[in-house]
Amino acid sequence: MPEQEYNLQGADPMLPRFLRVRRAVVETHDTITLELDDSNAAPQFAPGQFNMLYLFGAGEVAISISGPPDDRQTLVHTIRGVGAVTGPILQLRRGAILGVRGPYGSAWPLHEVSNGGRDLLLMAGGIGLAPLRPVIYEVLRRRREFGNLTILYGARTPADLLYRGELAQWRMFPGVSVKLIVDRAAGVWSGRIGVITDLLRTVQFDPAETIAMICGPEVMMRFAYHELVRRGLAAERIYMSMERNMKCAVGWCGHCQLSPFFICKDGPVFRADRIQPLLATREL
Amino acid sequence: MQGERLGIGGAVVIQSGALDELIKVLAAEGYKVIGPTISDGAIVYDEIRQAAQLPIGWTDLQQAGSYQLQRRQDAAVFGFAVGPHSWKKFLHVPVLRLWRAQRQSDGSIGAATDPHPASKFAFIGVRSCELHAIAIQDQVLIGGTCKDPHYAARRDGVFMVAVNCTSAGGTCFCVSMGTGPRAEAGFDLALTELLDDGHHEFLVESASARGAEVIRQVANRPAQPHHRQAAAQASARAAAQMGRQLDTAGVRELLLGNLEHPRWDEVAARCLACGNCTMVCPTCFCTTVEDHSDLANGVAERVRTWDSCYTLEFSHLHGGSVRSSIRSRYRQWLTHKLATWWDQFGTSGCVGCGRCITWCPVGIDLTEEVSAIRNNQPRHGRPLFSVPSPQGKGEGEV
Amino acid sequence: MENLARLLKDHPFLAGMEQVHLEFLAGCAANARYAADEFLFKEGQESDASYLIRTGRVALEVSIPGRGLAQLQTVETGEVLGWSWLYPPYRWQFDARALEPVRAFRLDGNCLRAKCETDHDLGYELVKRFLYQVHVRLERTRIQLLDVYRADT
Repeated sequence: MPEQEYNLQGADPMLPRFLRVRRAVVETHDTITLELDDSNAAPQFAPGQFNMLYLFGAGEVAISISGPPDDRQTLVHTIRGVGAVTGPILQLRRGAILGVRGPYGSAWPLHEVSNGGRDLLLMAGGIGLAPLRPVIYEVLRRRREFGNLTILYGARTPADLLYRGELAQWRMFPGVSVKLIVDRAAGVWSGRIGVITDLLRTVQFDPAETIAMICGPEVMMRFAYHELVRRGLAAERIYMSMERNMKCAVGWCGHCQLSPFFICKDGPVFRADRIQPLLATREL
Repeated sequence: MQGERLGIGGAVVIQSGALDELIKVLAAEGYKVIGPTISDGAIVYDEIRQAAQLPIGWTDLQQAGSYQLQRRQDAAVFGFAVGPHSWKKFLHVPVLRLWRAQRQSDGSIGAATDPHPASKFAFIGVRSCELHAIAIQDQVLIGGTCKDPHYAARRDGVFMVAVNCTSAGGTCFCVSMGTGPRAEAGFDLALTELLDDGHHEFLVESASARGAEVIRQVANRPAQPHHRQAAAQASARAAAQMGRQLDTAGVRELLLGNLEHPRWDEVAARCLACGNCTMVCPTCFCTTVEDHSDLANGVAERVRTWDSCYTLEFSHLHGGSVRSSIRSRYRQWLTHKLATWWDQFGTSGCVGCGRCITWCPVGIDLTEEVSAIRNNQPRHGRPLFSVPSPQGKGEGEV
Repeated sequence: MENLARLLKDHPFLAGMEQVHLEFLAGCAANARYAADEFLFKEGQESDASYLIRTGRVALEVSIPGRGLAQLQTVETGEVLGWSWLYPPYRWQFDARALEPVRAFRLDGNCLRAKCETDHDLGYELVKRFLYQVHVRLERTRIQLLDVYRADT
C-alpha cells in the first residue's frame, strides 16, 4: 500500500488506530481488562465515553473506557467475551494488537456533582461497573470537590464481581462506601444475596444533594431508577448509560436509534427524565 | 460560443435536440454524466453519453405496489416520475470498502482507505424531491461534526441539472411535503420541458456561475415571458396532479403519541419486512459493516453496505433483537421518516417521492397509514408518553 | 418486659407501632444470639417464630443434590426473617444460617397467632407489615428470576 494513503488516518473517522496490549488482566471467567499502549496519540476522554474496538478480521464492538481519565499513555477497556468479536478478544494477551476509534459519546456529568460538592450515588450492575470506574478514579483523585461517594454494585455471583482488589481499596477512602450484592451464591460468600434495589434500601441519601449514576443491563437500570425515584430523588438528578447495536458510533449507520436519539452521539449517558419514558415502550 | 450569456438566475431556451450538446459539454468538462435510462423495464439512473439514451417517449404508470413503463404519445424526454433508483446510489454507495488493513512483518497493522473517485458527477434529470433528498442526506452524512469522507468526496462538486416535473406520478406527494414539484435550490441548471404544438423546447434556468458557463456552450436563445409562463403552468399542472397527499400538520406529535395504536398491528399483518421501501427511499441512510479477512496473508477489510431497519439483525443486542416484531420495525421506519427525523435533523425524512409506495410488494402506502392513525385516535386523549428531543427543542408531551 | 418493648420499638419492622401493641409483642419476644455458621432454623422443621434481625446477616439456603449449596438471599440488620408460622403446616421451607454473629428478637409464632386472633387491631397492624416484607421479597425474587446479568451471545 502506498505510503501517502496513510495520510487519511485521523481524517477518516472510520479508520482505527492500531494499539498494542500492554497488560491483560483476567477479571472473571468471561471478562478481561486490556490496557492499551497509547503513548503517542491518546485523545482525552471523559468518563462514560466509549471506543470502537476492532479485532483484526473479526469486527468492531463498542466498549466503554474503564481506565483513569488522567492517564494519557494508556487506554483501558474491560470487555465481556460473549460475542463473535468479544469472545476472541478474551484470548488477547500482552503484545496483541487492537484497532481503536474514539472516544465517542456523552459523558457522566461529573461537574453536576462537583459543583456544590454534592454526594454521588453509583449503581452498577455486572459489566456496568466498567463505564463507571473512570468516575470513581476521578472522584477519588479530586476527592475534595465531591461529597460522599456511595458505590452499589450487583453481580450475578461472587465470582462475577469485577475489580475485587480495587473495591476493597475504594472503601478505605474517607466518605466512600462500597456495598456489594449478588443474585446467587454457593456457600463461601458471606456478603449480601439479593438485588441492587435491596442495596439501595440499606443506604441513606439526601435527595436534595445527591446525583445518581446507573449503569448495567437496561432492565436493572429501570428497576434502579424506579427505586431511586421512590426514595425521593428527582429524575433530573439520575443519569443512566444506554446500550444499543452500533456500527459506526458517529450517527451514520442508524442502528443505535432509540426514537429521537442516536445512542452513539446523543448518549450513551442520558439524564433519566429524557430517556426513561422511552424505555417503558416495548420494542422502541 | 454560439449561445446567449446567462447570469445566475437567468433563463434561456434550448431545443430538445440540444440536450445531447449539454451531455457532451458536461462530459468534455470532465464530468461523469449520469441520467435516466431504461433498463430491465424500469427507468434507472446510469452513466449516459448521449441524449438518445434518455427515456424519450416513455412514461411510468405508478400505483401502490405497481410500476409499469408505457409509451407516450409524444417524444417527451422527462415525461415520467421517478424510478426505483435514486441518486444516493452514486453518493452514498450501496457497497463501499471503508479500508483494508495489512499485518506487517513486525506484527503491527497498517490500514488504508482506497483513493476516492477522481471524476466528478454531473446528474441530469434530478427532480425537486430528489434535490431535497440529497440535501437531507447531506445533513446526515456531512452536516454534523463528524463527516463521512467517502460521501463528501462523491458529493463534492456534483453538477446538478434539475428537471421541473410537468406531470406527477401516481404515488407522488411532494406538494404535501413541500418539496416540489418545482426545483427551488440546490441545482446548477434547472430544465422545464415545454412540449406543445410541434414545439419541443426546454426552459433552462441557471443557479450558479458554472451552470451559466455550461449552458453558454449549448445552442440557446433568450427566454421570453411566454416560456416562463408556460413553465409555471406546467409546474402548476404537476402540482395539481399529485397521486397522493399526506396531511403533515402535527404529524410528529400524531405518530409519537400513537405508538401503541392498533393500526401498527394492522399494517404489520401486511408488511413482509422485505426492506424494499428502505432501499428505494432516497433519504434512508442506514448501513451495516462486513468484515472480510484472509488471515493466512494477514489481510483484512471492512465493507460498508446499505442496511435496512426491517431486518431482525438491525437492532440485534445480546443475543436478541430489540425490535423483534414486524410491527415495531414498520413503526420504527415510519416514525423515523415522519417524526423523529425532525428531532435528529430538523427536517422531515420524507420528500414525497412515492417510491416506497410503488415498490412495496404488497402496496403499503404510508400516506394511508398516517391518515388511518389520524382518523382513528383513541378517545382517552392522554399522551402515551412525552418524547424528549435530543436538542431539547420540541420537548413536551405529545 | 418493659425493657424489651422499648428495644422492639427501635426495630424498623415495628417502627411506629402503638405502645400497647409493642407491649403485647414483648410478651411473645425473646432475645436471641447466633454464632457465625449457626442455623436459625432448618428446612422441614416446625416454623414457630419470626426473627427481627438486630445485627448480623443470615442466608436462606437450600442444598441441592448434585448441585451443592444454593444461597437464595440474605436478610440482615433491620429486616425480618420468617413468617411460615402464619399458615399451616407451619414448616420452614429453607435453611437459615448465620453468616456472621447475629443478634435478633425471636417472636414466638404460637404466641403471635393467638394474640392476632384475639386482637384484630394488632393482627392487622402486624399482617400489614409482614405483607410489605413479602412484597419486597417477591419483588427481589422476580428480579433475581430475570437473571439480568446472564451472558447472552
